[in-house]
Amino acid sequence: MTTTTLTPASTDVAGPRTPAMSARGLTLSHAGRTVVDRLDLDVPAGQVTVVVGPNGCGKSTVLRGLSRLLRPSAGAVRLATDGAEADIWSLRPKEFARRVALLPQSPPLPDGITVVDLVGRGRHPHHTLARRWSAADDDAVARAMHATGTLDLADRHVAELSGGQRQRVWIALTLAQETDVVLLDEPTTYLDVAHQIDVLDLLRDLNRRDGTTVVMVLHDLNLAARYADHVVALREGRLVGCGAPADLVDEDFVARVFGLGSRVIADPVTGSPLVVPAPTHEQTGATP
Amino acid sequence: MSTTRTADRTGVTPPAATRSGSGPVLVAVLLVLLLVAVLSSITLGSKAVPFTDVARVLTGDGDGIADRGIIEARVARTVVGVLVGAALAVAGAAMQGLTRNPLADPGLLGVNAGASLAVVVAIAVFGVGSLTGYVWWAMAGAGLAAVLVHALAGLAGGGVTPLRLTLAGAAVTAGLASWSSGLLVSSKQSFDSFRFWQVGTIGGRGLDLVVTVLPFFAVGLALVLLTVRRLDALALGDDLARGLGENLVLARAAVALGVAVLCGASTALAGPIGFLGLVVAHGARFAVGPDHRRIIPVCLVGGPALLLLADTVGRLVAQPSEVQAGIMTAVVGVPIFVLLVRRGRMASL
Amino acid sequence: MTATAVAPAPAASSAVDRVRRARRRPARRVRLVLTALAAAACAAVLVRVLLGEYVVALADLVPILRGEPLPNAPGASFIVMEAKLPRALLGALAGLAFGAAGAMFQTTLRNPLASPDIIGTSLGASAAAVVALTTLDAQGLWLPAAAVAGALAVSLLMHAVGRGTGLAGQRMVLVGIGIAAMLSSVIQLVMTRTSIQDAQAALVWLTGSLARATWPVIGLLAVALVVLAPVLALCARWMRLAELGDDLSTTLGVPAGRARRGLVVAVAMAAVATSATGPIAFVAFLSGPIARQLCGGRPSLWAAALVGAVVVVLSDFAGDYLIPDVNLPVGVVTGALGAPLMLAVLVTAGRAGKA
Repeated sequence: MTTTTLTPASTDVAGPRTPAMSARGLTLSHAGRTVVDRLDLDVPAGQVTVVVGPNGCGKSTVLRGLSRLLRPSAGAVRLATDGAEADIWSLRPKEFARRVALLPQSPPLPDGITVVDLVGRGRHPHHTLARRWSAADDDAVARAMHATGTLDLADRHVAELSGGQRQRVWIALTLAQETDVVLLDEPTTYLDVAHQIDVLDLLRDLNRRDGTTVVMVLHDLNLAARYADHVVALREGRLVGCGAPADLVDEDFVARVFGLGSRVIADPVTGSPLVVPAPTHEQTGATP
Repeated sequence: MSTTRTADRTGVTPPAATRSGSGPVLVAVLLVLLLVAVLSSITLGSKAVPFTDVARVLTGDGDGIADRGIIEARVARTVVGVLVGAALAVAGAAMQGLTRNPLADPGLLGVNAGASLAVVVAIAVFGVGSLTGYVWWAMAGAGLAAVLVHALAGLAGGGVTPLRLTLAGAAVTAGLASWSSGLLVSSKQSFDSFRFWQVGTIGGRGLDLVVTVLPFFAVGLALVLLTVRRLDALALGDDLARGLGENLVLARAAVALGVAVLCGASTALAGPIGFLGLVVAHGARFAVGPDHRRIIPVCLVGGPALLLLADTVGRLVAQPSEVQAGIMTAVVGVPIFVLLVRRGRMASL
Repeated sequence: MTATAVAPAPAASSAVDRVRRARRRPARRVRLVLTALAAAACAAVLVRVLLGEYVVALADLVPILRGEPLPNAPGASFIVMEAKLPRALLGALAGLAFGAAGAMFQTTLRNPLASPDIIGTSLGASAAAVVALTTLDAQGLWLPAAAVAGALAVSLLMHAVGRGTGLAGQRMVLVGIGIAAMLSSVIQLVMTRTSIQDAQAALVWLTGSLARATWPVIGLLAVALVVLAPVLALCARWMRLAELGDDLSTTLGVPAGRARRGLVVAVAMAAVATSATGPIAFVAFLSGPIARQLCGGRPSLWAAALVGAVVVVLSDFAGDYLIPDVNLPVGVVTGALGAPLMLAVLVTAGRAGKA
């Protein structure tokens, strides 16, 4: 575990940088209902951004808006990577796919697919009609599998892997896509605590090593505070606050976002804010 | 509260609380509609007959009326329509509650194909040549196919989903149909009798045939009516129903038997008629909420009304011939089915 | 450390080797299976042509195909060129089309039960063709044209209804089944309205038979396949992404709807084949799963196509000679054999949590 590199990457950088993605007035509706309402949001380049909020606040919907899965009913999202800045909907699908990758929450697994084959599917945006599979693709797949520690599983069937291994394989698929921005929808769902830490460490290492911009939705506020350089908090489809966890996460913040009484202390291991919820029913124990 | 939750669970209807009073009124309105349907079914057609003549024939004073034959045939037709319409609608509602599948319908779940194959076997192999002869075969075939489809859909465990059930129904239908054609291609005579049975019509059946099948309608209806309260519990899903102290096996078996008997008897009497159960049961569910004690009476009156109207329209649009009721119900029913799929929250079913 | 994206270091060559090796192994198996299936398809065609009531010697086949007279077997040339060979070829071509179309549907819609013969597109072709056959007396090119139009109309309707929802694939399947039920009613109506001769002809056709095997029909189907196969191969690339679900497919650069639109090619293919032979039960439905078993769990369009060819040609052979004095149409044989196999597919599909 890389507990030594706790300072956010941004502190190393001289001066503010253009955000990798920025949403302005982003309004997203689903089945006629407005889920995300006029959201202004910046995704800092080269950092780990974590979106938090209570159930149904629109976290995942925001991710869908950023990844072109949902066309905004108002507002726009702009992408500024590779030195080119553009509205995400002005790009061709494959062009966008070479710049932004998304790992959905639980994508269906194709029948009988092997690890190396599944990871290889991530290379599709780099292929054209004339140019199919090449040595560069082998290289990218090998790198992605090496980074996620899945090389040893290469010819196994994905269906027979454990949940933690499987999640690493899915992450390898998005890495093989070789994008500057990687979006992940709850990458730790269905994993036990050891595998949650394992996956999140993996993602942060990737961010620190390659400078990949990572945006993920997380349920667990403490994991968010621990791994995020930048926290974005939503409630009822609106932005409640954003910033570095140390500046943002305090008792008042937890109350505003989750409506939960709590005490916030420094994590004895990492020093990041640690939220200790107060009892919600009048039972034993002190209220803050 | 509990009814509201049922609605959410089945994902078919809005909360029922607001419509609790509409049941009896609706039934009354439908009764009027049924009366209109019955009258038009008897008086209208390729040759319209005055109502006074009908009244005289019915009261036994029919001598000397030129259209007596027509009137008697139409009365029999109307009786068949009332029976079959009621049976199919009630069976549809019960089937939907039983399987928690809003798309359950004998036309979709292989029942009709089963009855068809059995009738084909009867005609082609055993030389059965009369409608009365078909009855037993159709009933047995329908029952076996229903069992087969449900067994197939539930075979692998993990629950019977609407999609799986519908696909199993479609697959069984495809399989049985190819067996039917296999028997029919080699015999022109068999095919000639079968092709007219196959479309599903309420016409051309005598009252004697109705009398033969009547006990089955009675038994089937009684079974469903007696178990109707259990349907509400079954609609909550197995775990919840068990938690409420239901004997699932018994309740399910009783309802399933009732449904099979009703479908079989209808198909035996009128041939395969699809989508009527689907449409009427859905309309009822939509109008009075998820409580089966209110749905069933609406189906009981609404089913015959709709079938008779469909049949009458079918006779009027294609004079001097007719578009059979089985085709009319499919033509009307499929758009409604498509609408349901479009609107429905399949994931929650 | 800076946060600027640095060019990733090339992967260690041992890792690349490992990836290459792991990629190659299943590919080799698929190639092997394809070769074996192609050989089996050729063998099936040969069996169909050479064996049966009238046995033709293998040595005579080449002269017959060249049109050279055969003094020792004067009738052989006619029987091969006018009866046995057309049937075998039509069966093989139709099987290829049905198999490929079925596998394409099943993989794209991520549902092993969603093949064109179950979800209405084949019935769209059938209904249109039956109407054309009985009421319009359609001949020649009009029949396949009607079939393709019918199938496309049904597919468009399915697509329109499924569009814009997260469950598009599921809805498409359900709507397709509903439409299939309506179309079979239409077919039944047509059957009661026409003469018994026409109805009987329509029934034979509806069952799926190779009786209409004539050289023009075969030529038409062959041309259609030659045109459609490359397009299908292109769409197969989308299909591989559709397998990953709508979301991932979109973010990998293939919007989910596009993969489903690619099904149009499969629809056309199945429809042209349907117009030539009628809907042959279960071939589209079962070829995909059988091919997948052979290929070690991976779906393969080409393997499915070849399985379809083998199944149709052999079933037709069996239908002709299995029961003495009874010529069963090929659709009856595949239907009878298909039912138990279908059961197996349903069970495994259920186990895998699909469908």
